Amino acid sequence: MQQFANPARFLKIANAALPYIWSITAILFAIGLYGALVTTPPDYQQGETVRIMYVHVPAAWLGLFIYCLMGFFSAVAFIYRHPLADAAAKTAAPLGAVFCFLALVTGSFWGKPMWGTWWAWGDARLTSMFILLLFYLGYMAVWSSIDEPTRAAAIARIVALVGVVNVFVVKFSVNWWNTLHQPASVIKMGGPSIDKSMLWALLTMAVAYTMLFLALHLVSMRSEIAARKLRQARLIEIGNR
Amino acid sequence: MLQQALALITRDIVLARKQGGGLGTAFGFILSVMVLIPLATGPDQILLSKLAPGMMWLALLLSVLLTADRMFQQDFEDGSLDIMAMGKLPFEIVTLAKTIAHWITVSLPLAIITPPLGLLMSLDISQLPILIVSMITGSLALSLLAAIGGAVTAGLRRGGLLVSLLVLPLYVPVLIFGVAASTASLGPSSSTPALIVLCAITLMSLIISPWACAAALKAYLR
Amino acid sequence: MPSSLPTSLRLKAENLSCERGGRLVFKDLSFELAAGELAALRGPNGAGKSSLLRLLAGLNTSISGRLNLEGGEADTTLAEQSHYIGHSEANKPALTVRENLVFWQKFLGGGENLKSLSAFNLEALADDQALLLSAGQKRRLALTRLAVAHRPVWLLDEPTVGLDAASLVILQNHIRDHLKNGGMVIAATHAELGLKSAVNIQLGKAA
Repeated sequence: MQQFANPARFLKIANAALPYIWSITAILFAIGLYGALVTTPPDYQQGETVRIMYVHVPAAWLGLFIYCLMGFFSAVAFIYRHPLADAAAKTAAPLGAVFCFLALVTGSFWGKPMWGTWWAWGDARLTSMFILLLFYLGYMAVWSSIDEPTRAAAIARIVALVGVVNVFVVKFSVNWWNTLHQPASVIKMGGPSIDKSMLWALLTMAVAYTMLFLALHLVSMRSEIAARKLRQARLIEIGNR
Repeated sequence: MLQQALALITRDIVLARKQGGGLGTAFGFILSVMVLIPLATGPDQILLSKLAPGMMWLALLLSVLLTADRMFQQDFEDGSLDIMAMGKLPFEIVTLAKTIAHWITVSLPLAIITPPLGLLMSLDISQLPILIVSMITGSLALSLLAAIGGAVTAGLRRGGLLVSLLVLPLYVPVLIFGVAASTASLGPSSSTPALIVLCAITLMSLIISPWACAAALKAYLR
Repeated sequence: MPSSLPTSLRLKAENLSCERGGRLVFKDLSFELAAGELAALRGPNGAGKSSLLRLLAGLNTSISGRLNLEGGEADTTLAEQSHYIGHSEANKPALTVRENLVFWQKFLGGGENLKSLSAFNLEALADDQALLLSAGQKRRLALTRLAVAHRPVWLLDEPTVGLDAASLVILQNHIRDHLKNGGMVIAATHAELGLKSAVNIQLGKAA
């Protein structure tokens, strides 16, 4: 942890690692997409539409994973007061929101042929994902509505930490709500019984998504650090005037 | 310590009474929602009575939400929070005391007045007691969660929209279990399990809210 | 006010640095203050006078340096042993003068009976709502907080703003009494306070 804590050292490591991460991402996507679109068999029930799963499920995983990661960075920032952890949480949020949104849209595309409707509230996972997107938007709104960066960081940490606790309570509540309003005709998306012939492609896609996130996260952290330096320089200039 | 907390709660209750506004406006808001819903859905009595518990919970939590952004703002702007943050009373207790005052002056009265309005929506009268019990149980959680939104936006000139975006997702579990507890009495299952979960959510908010409020307000005092 | 005050009080600040909005307001500030001494805080706008007072009041955390109050009550922080009168007066307009003071007295642990009304001659206004008060009277109400409960350290941010000549004399007398009883006062003022300060803390460039 400590070796990443210094911004200068972080930039050095990030710059060195980025080309490799991009290459790995591209290779994994090539393999994963080939597997998802060509080699894996169509589902005996769902037919070709099952291929949406390879785009949808990893996006949903990442949507949740990035939120937890954001909570982790916020906890680190809260305990150690390290500005780089704040930057990490801040830049992770828009990426997580995009993955979350992607999961919702692809889920809706998947839902149309399966349920005959673009959206079914009966699916607890999609509903939780929707509320998760709201958390992302709220967290990002905190950063954008508080002008002073140190203050915004301190408040955003708390919002993220409260949010992480609440994400799990929401998940539990929505699942419970779902069993209460037991919908008869809904087929579960990507249930636990996935055939092995599909699993490898799904996992490859999941790793590819994660690497893509890692690359994008490093890039946006790099520009966040640059923006901060610029601000600092301007403040010093004002102070000298 | 208890005496100081009580002094603060008493002061906030007196202030709420003298300044007025909060409770009356929130009640007016609930009334207008009660009028708008039948106009939006049509006068079908069966449909309305089915919707009633959920719509009334929605009206209750939105009205509490409307009062959230003022919870800490005045004390922040006039410097009272500075003095309170310096005192021997832990700042978490200060925020909790203010939240309890908010519950006593806003959420609790609303939770008691709202259920009878359900009769406007063809609510089955046998459902009234359980609706009152569940709303009172949930109302403390509504205040505690609203306080988080109020604290996070205490120093913002226009925090109202941000409060809604932050607090509404926090209200999801309260809404789900509150409505479940109010409607379950109609079905075969009793509403006790939902009420117990609602209590658990309230207790959890009781732990998280004071900590979150204190931390957020301290960031503004800096 | 209790008469037996600890006279061994000593406030030590070493190499304090303070940041505000990402900007370093001041750095490496050191000073010492003994019981019975007045410190005058001077400096141009933006030099960090208010920031320093808020730092001493525990509202702002310094990014480096040490701050220590020796000889005070055990297990209490500097903030808990201080009165802070800032720009915002912490009065509630809807409450009467008496209600405002009774609340602060209870909150600050100053006992049940309110005797402080006379500290800044507010007896005649006791039952008026604070919103009816003039700017100077509001200031006096805020300053009366110094008398509702005992605190050995007073942190005053521009305490004379809005005060008329008579009230200024009263404030000077209160400060003098407080110092005589072994307290300490740190005050930021643009105008002269009219009291001899033992310590001068200069922030920013000398005017």
